Amino acid sequence: MPYALCFLLFMIGVYCAVVKKNMVKIVIGILIMEYAVNMFLIMLGYRAGGVAPVIGRNMNMPEFVNSSVDPLPQALVLTAIVISLGSLALIISICIRTYEKYGTFDITKIRRLKG
Amino acid sequence: MTIFYVLLVFVIIAALVAVETKNLLSAVICIGAVGFGASLLFLFLRAPDIAITQIVVEVLGLVILIRATISRDKTFITGDREFFAVVVSVVIVFVILLAGVHVFQTLPDFGKPAFAVAAESDRLPAPASQKYIKDGLKDTGAANLVASVILDYRAYDTLGEATVLFTSIIGATVIMRRKSRKLLEEPEI
Amino acid sequence: MKGMTVIVKTISSWIKVLIFLFGIYIIFFGHLTPGGGFSGGVILASSYVLLMLAFGREFAQENLSLGVASKLDCVGALLFIAVALCGLLYGAAGFFLNFIYQKLEIGQEFNLVSAGTIPLSNIAIGLKVGASLFLIVLVLSMFRPEISAPEKE
Repeated sequence: MPYALCFLLFMIGVYCAVVKKNMVKIVIGILIMEYAVNMFLIMLGYRAGGVAPVIGRNMNMPEFVNSSVDPLPQALVLTAIVISLGSLALIISICIRTYEKYGTFDITKIRRLKG
Repeated sequence: MTIFYVLLVFVIIAALVAVETKNLLSAVICIGAVGFGASLLFLFLRAPDIAITQIVVEVLGLVILIRATISRDKTFITGDREFFAVVVSVVIVFVILLAGVHVFQTLPDFGKPAFAVAAESDRLPAPASQKYIKDGLKDTGAANLVASVILDYRAYDTLGEATVLFTSIIGATVIMRRKSRKLLEEPEI
Repeated sequence: MKGMTVIVKTISSWIKVLIFLFGIYIIFFGHLTPGGGFSGGVILASSYVLLMLAFGREFAQENLSLGVASKLDCVGALLFIAVALCGLLYGAAGFFLNFIYQKLEIGQEFNLVSAGTIPLSNIAIGLKVGASLFLIVLVLSMFRPEISAPEKE
């Protein structure tokens, strides 16, 4: 059931990125999609009643092996979050340049190719 | 378990408000609420590394979004909607949602990670996460298993991520560069 | 880009030092507690963004200018590659090998000096990510005053 709610969030992002006409709204839709995918990947590795994958000083090793959550999706999502910030910077700089050239954020009015 | 549903419903309502509102400032603030709810969700899913990174990255993303768009004197969206396009896209999104929910029945239940299912069964190969948890401290000497995964077992992925971040920042800097007119006119003298 | 009122300037000049110190702590202890290079680097960048928002863009540019930030970015990336290439001294399959822990056996577990090349990689990545993100916020606000009206040719 939480998987279905996460997928609903992803589809809200898809709807926003496809239907809306304002450029900033499209960027917001892409951001919502990225948040939804990161949440889904971490939910795949969750163990009910588990502990975080950090070993303490006097910890019982067999009990830790049986009750820790998955560290592999966490490692992959960590880089994905920082990459999403870099791509947001690139998209926003393109939007600023387009606004400066055409005077509007509306994508239906950007039809001419200016040199 | 109910805390997950409460946080997910909060995040979905905030995303709906961000998508539908006409004021750009409210949309950006609702994206901040979505990111904050996601960070709390990561904390309850036993991932403290990810929670720290998510909240700091979301704050910087908000600063970039507000700095770039709000002070351009265009904070309200005008224009009429096309009714037919909206109805068709909502129907298509609904159909894909139903198909996706049907696919999720094949995943293991929420609360049982995929690598535990693979470790117990005989037909599937041994999962990698089992080895990382059992031998992480012995092979690398790091107490934080996530750090040992990203910087020792899977360091190539970190190299790729550093390259992607470097390239996107260079691209953004090059796009925002502006040569002044004087620099172009001087060699004619 | 102008700064803010006197109250905001006073408080943020104290808070900026604490945030910077916290970012360095998260980077250095990345192999013992949750954190690591990525989140610590973003915290370092946000301390300088706080300085820029409270005092104005020119003050922050005197503190850490455009050229210095981009050179720090490149230094971080080169340091990461250098740590990876040093493993090649131990054979052909030694790229990204944790040679300090497995071959040289320096340090014990649960101490600050342990886990081989992992703290060095954390420092390199923290430097790189922090300098990159401060650079992009500086560039986005530096070219804003020149954008006033759309060009009509």
